[in-house]
Amino acid sequence: MTGEYRLAEGGRINRDRPVRFRFDGHEYEGFDGDTLASALLANGVHQVGTSIRYGRPRGIASAGPEEPNALVQIEEPFPEPMLTATTVALHDGLVASSLPGQGRLATDPDPARYDAINAHCDVLVVGAGPAGLAAALSAARSGARVIIADSDTEFGGSLLGSDEELDHAPAGRWIDRVTAELRATPEVTVLPRTTVFGCYDDNYLVAVEHRGEDTFTRQRTWHVRAREVVLATGSHERPLVFPGNDRPGTMLAGSARTYVHRYGVLPGHRAVAFTTNDSAYAAAVDLHDAGVEIAAVVDVRPVATTLWTARCVERGIQILTNCAVTGTSGTDRVSGAQISPVPSGDSAPTVASELDCDLLLVSGGWNPAVHLHSQARGTVRYSEEICALVPDRATRGVRTVGAAAGTFTTGECLRTGSEAGSAAARATGFDADPAEVPSSPSGPVTPPQPTWLLPGLSADSDHDQFVDLARDATVADVRKAVGAGMSSVEHIKRFTTIGTAHDQGKTSGLLSSGVIAELLGVEVAQVGATTFRPPYAPVAFAALAGRDRGDLYDPIRVTAMHDWHLAQQCPFENVGQWKRPWYYPRPGEDMDSAVLRECHAVRTGVGMQDVSTLGKIDVQGPDAAEFLDLVYTNKMSTLKVGRIRYGLMCHADGMVFDDGTVMRTDEHRYLISTTSGGAAGVLEWLEDWLQTEWPHLRVHLTSVTEHWATIALAGPRSRDVLARVTSDIDLAADAFPFMSWTDGTVAGRAARVCRISFSGELAFEINVPWWHGREVWDALYEAGSDLDITPYGTETMHVLRAEKGFPIVGQDTDGTVTPHDLGMSWAVSKKKDDFLGMRSFSRADTVRSDRKHLVGLLPPADSAVVPEGTQLVELSELPEPPVPMLGHITSSYRSAALDRPFALALVKSGRDRIGQTVYGHVGDRLVPVEITEPVFYDKEGNRRDG
Amino acid sequence: MPRTPGADLPDHPDWLWNSPEPKHSYDVVIVGGGGHGLATAYYLAVNHGITNMAVLESGWLAGGNMARNTTIIRSNYLWDESAGLYEHAMKLWEGLEDELDYPLLFSQRGVLNLAHSLQDVRDSKRRVGANRLNGIDAEWLDADQVAEICPILNTSEDLRYPVMGATWQPRAGIAKHDHVAWGFARALDRMGVDLVQNCQVTGFDRIGDRITGVRTTRGDIAAGKVALAAAGSTSVLTDELGLALPIQSHPLQALVSELLEPVHPTVVMSNAVHVYVSQAHKGELVLGAGIDAYNSYGQRGAFHTIERELTAAVELFPMFSRAHVLRTWAGVVDVTPDASAIMGLTPFENLYVNCGWGTGGFKATPGVGWCYAHTIAHDEPHPLNAPFNLDRFATGALVDEHGAAGVAH
Ligand SMILES: Cc1cc2nc3c(=O)[nH]c(=O)nc-3n(C[C@H](O)[C@H](O)[C@H](O)COP(=O)(O)OP(=O)(O)OC[C@H]3O[C@@H](n4cnc5c(N)ncnc54)[C@H](O)[C@@H]3O)c2cc1C
Repeated sequence: MTGEYRLAEGGRINRDRPVRFRFDGHEYEGFDGDTLASALLANGVHQVGTSIRYGRPRGIASAGPEEPNALVQIEEPFPEPMLTATTVALHDGLVASSLPGQGRLATDPDPARYDAINAHCDVLVVGAGPAGLAAALSAARSGARVIIADSDTEFGGSLLGSDEELDHAPAGRWIDRVTAELRATPEVTVLPRTTVFGCYDDNYLVAVEHRGEDTFTRQRTWHVRAREVVLATGSHERPLVFPGNDRPGTMLAGSARTYVHRYGVLPGHRAVAFTTNDSAYAAAVDLHDAGVEIAAVVDVRPVATTLWTARCVERGIQILTNCAVTGTSGTDRVSGAQISPVPSGDSAPTVASELDCDLLLVSGGWNPAVHLHSQARGTVRYSEEICALVPDRATRGVRTVGAAAGTFTTGECLRTGSEAGSAAARATGFDADPAEVPSSPSGPVTPPQPTWLLPGLSADSDHDQFVDLARDATVADVRKAVGAGMSSVEHIKRFTTIGTAHDQGKTSGLLSSGVIAELLGVEVAQVGATTFRPPYAPVAFAALAGRDRGDLYDPIRVTAMHDWHLAQQCPFENVGQWKRPWYYPRPGEDMDSAVLRECHAVRTGVGMQDVSTLGKIDVQGPDAAEFLDLVYTNKMSTLKVGRIRYGLMCHADGMVFDDGTVMRTDEHRYLISTTSGGAAGVLEWLEDWLQTEWPHLRVHLTSVTEHWATIALAGPRSRDVLARVTSDIDLAADAFPFMSWTDGTVAGRAARVCRISFSGELAFEINVPWWHGREVWDALYEAGSDLDITPYGTETMHVLRAEKGFPIVGQDTDGTVTPHDLGMSWAVSKKKDDFLGMRSFSRADTVRSDRKHLVGLLPPADSAVVPEGTQLVELSELPEPPVPMLGHITSSYRSAALDRPFALALVKSGRDRIGQTVYGHVGDRLVPVEITEPVFYDKEGNRRDG
Repeated sequence: MPRTPGADLPDHPDWLWNSPEPKHSYDVVIVGGGGHGLATAYYLAVNHGITNMAVLESGWLAGGNMARNTTIIRSNYLWDESAGLYEHAMKLWEGLEDELDYPLLFSQRGVLNLAHSLQDVRDSKRRVGANRLNGIDAEWLDADQVAEICPILNTSEDLRYPVMGATWQPRAGIAKHDHVAWGFARALDRMGVDLVQNCQVTGFDRIGDRITGVRTTRGDIAAGKVALAAAGSTSVLTDELGLALPIQSHPLQALVSELLEPVHPTVVMSNAVHVYVSQAHKGELVLGAGIDAYNSYGQRGAFHTIERELTAAVELFPMFSRAHVLRTWAGVVDVTPDASAIMGLTPFENLYVNCGWGTGGFKATPGVGWCYAHTIAHDEPHPLNAPFNLDRFATGALVDEHGAAGVAH
């Protein structure tokens, strides 16, 4: 395909592999190795959309990630919003369209896969241009572990966009040789198509690798921990501000050069180059040599450099010094540029000539890509010499080299890169020398002339002078912000929205600072720039989510008996990360009837529950008893080996935060249990105190939750069932009293059996090693089958404990409830000198008598269950809001034993209101409820011994 | 000229504010030119007639958390004390655009607070009940109703923590933070209040326990009263006086996507699948999550927080998969033990404190201004902020919003 824009030869595209694609409904062809932008240009398509605020036609302005204009929506293979055509690698089947402002998200689920990888290295080199390649080579040869990453599909950086020679041969040969050597070095990881987008503390850098649409993993996030970092991230060319600077066909000069050399594409046929520096001359010369007619090089400087003048003269290219482009014409594409001498003072420019052109090259100088340097907390300063921000002070372990450091000759980039690479390797202990670098003919660069606003233009033209093409923000907008009293670049950015678009101001950032400086009459350095924040370039949400989706969002924890529960097809409740059986419906049963049946079974026969999820922490050490006395409200040091005690833990504010049992297994050893959801939090809490406040205590904590499978066997017939599977434990109430434990054999397995009851019924908790859990569960189920042993879930457990008035921490408490509020003063030691929360029990607010208390509630016997969460009020009719509230219902169920609904609630002065009727606010109704003691069943505790 | 719908914001007025040199003395000096400082100055001027006043800002005006927050406004808090203050703010929000004559882009598009566990459901219903009795609009919605309001939300059972329902406050929403700050600033400028930027307060002048002025990087300034509104930096200031505040400063991050066609009609907040999301006026998705766990005064956070937040985002909103993160940033938030603010008197005469708004003080901005101004003018807390005194950490009369309401921002 050699259309009038595609050169017959040259470029790094693969002409043997044509690629068909669609853009805005039209079919086109490009080549493998093209970007969408280069392929469009090759097809003569310049305009790729319209601007966001004014709907003006906009074209391709660059050849890289700095592109402010050429936004596209990917339609196929899968919709993706707002990519720059300059960074989309062309591939078969690509369908894209222009995007005037807002991108579109897919409505179908994304079929692609994303993942993440951790990597460690001695030296991370970011950017594989001449400086980065030289750095990587030096470091790699020392044997250091090196990672080199570059956004582009190919290594070479700026060299890919020029015809430069290295060692008197095309630069491509050197690139290929170095890349091959790096690939062949075992300790080196070569990552093309990988954008390092974040630089966090201690050289933790994050990158996204674009692995391709057809690969197993579409994108991969790299978490890199590097001992040393070399940033060789290059620079971005800066456009110029002048009237009509947004017409399609206006392109950064260096980018035009890239299109010619890298893609074999002519971005136009007749060009004007408008510049403040030397680099546009190179573009003009190269484009000329490729067949583009150069109408003129328009240079704001009073004299052009001798070298470039000579080269232009050779080619008959006219140079207009001390001139500027002060207007453009054309509708959908630039057709002419008005040239004026740069006026002195405030006099208006006079248009000296209008030059026809279909391409307007611009160059306002180059901005080093200091993004990562700055993210790493390196400082930047404004360099008067290159009229741009350059790295100033670097963070430890970070070196910036090449164009990113403001070095603009290839030779210097190679040399400083090579030195930085070896210095970085040496800093990590390797014996490294700078690798020899090839010779480069590039001569010195003369500095640009600072040019932010052209003098003398009328205020009318402000609206046509674009500062941020992506945001359609003009000089008029900046002038308005300044006129409104704003002087901080941060305010002006927010006022004008400059720098907030997809490119985060890569072309407009410093440009706007320059314009602001001119309008305020201050130095650019004084205006400064806004903060560089991650990501350097946009990153897809999914790439950062990686594999942690669906079931992997949070680990699913299941017990040793999980398969059995699954086979019962019971619904599960998420409790923390655990899946716990909620209830076990029999065919035809709904939740209510299943729970009533399960409750009834436990109260009259025998039930069994998988309680393995309760947190278990092994507490060992000579100071274990002292430690537990400090963290529980009651005394654990007096607990005898072989006995169990219930305990409450409070935060320092005296509010209950977890509860469980404490089992003393030895003089210096306890096994404590926590709520299922609270286990990790409790362990953290205890470790926090041990490590920071009481490091002198000799105590070790180990989470053993998953070491034990635990089965609760509850109900008047539980002893009978257990007796059938154990022969070495005397189960009689006096031999094996309540709140004690014993070791023995259950179903042929070593077990630790406890007499603990959360239902008030005779109950046993059987602990066996996790891997025997299922076997013992099956044996107990089998042993109880003739007694209709009934597995029950969390719901039944909740009902049964509520009938006994046992609170569930987190349900009946909310971080504002003391043990006294719960009516559990008996669990707060009066003898201990200190424990967590103790001091708070004497605070003015905690000794109030009108605090909320946990009480029972009885709605009318024949009424429905009052929903949990219901607020309680005193009056039987609602006044206008705000209505004073007494408290709320924390737990509410129908009781099988009582054959009625009942509830637990936290109620202001609740214990003093027993016998009173208050009202639950349900929907728009008020439901009367009577306040009672919180214990509804077996108040005397007669049932616990069977 | 064709303009992309929503891709544009209303124009700002032609004049905003001056940047005067500080004077030697003022009746009232407010330390911190964030939303709270500005709103406080505004109501001091409007409600109490005090205009010989300066707002001293160490950087650029409203460049702290005010410029960084995700602008969620709601008043559906659990406890009466919080409900009173936030609902007062909500009512002020509802008239603020007119009052300030500034387009604040206050958009009452509603907020959904999702429930993902049975306990979330209980807590949510409890909060809805309390809100309604307090006269605050609130509803409990089941998962199907949630899907009707926000169809792009994944309400299917196959979510790791399925959406079991949500609370819904229709009057809640978002506003444009900068516009709010600038609206106040412009009004203050017109009333002759000095907005002094690049002026950091470094210490205090005092006679015994009476504060008489502040020391700043631009000289000493005498003041009849000094009111602190320095958010995450408040403890640094009170350290100068040996006054330890029960606040911890943490980074809190947020991020935005590119501009997208409107897909998200409301604001969704989830604590269990931790993320909250709205789609701002221009079309960008604005996301936030929890604080970074460590203490810091640095306005930057850690990357795993961002990753976790985006994981939650694509779980809840599968269609966000290929949206792109354009920018992440962080503010420094001041977190108290009970997750409620501190506003009132201090042990020092003529020194007032407002801080501890943590992750959720933007929504309170006009309410803070109103009540704090009252506190300063009368040397006595307004009834609405009386419960938020500093003493409560000694008495134990906390307003614990995390245990019960469990919702930040
Ligand atoms: C990422 C993020 C998201 C958030 N999201 C929400 C949300 O969705 N909804 C919500 O309601 N809230 C939210 N918040 C919280 C909200 O932003 C804050 O609670 C609120 O802005 C704090 O009040 P302020 O505006 O006065 O604070 P700031 O804007 O931080 O003001 C304090 C000012 O004091 C200045 N200062 C500090 N020290 C000194 C000194 N010594 N001298 C002079 N000046 C000083 C600072 O520079 C700063 O400008 C969020 C916060 C963050 C960081």
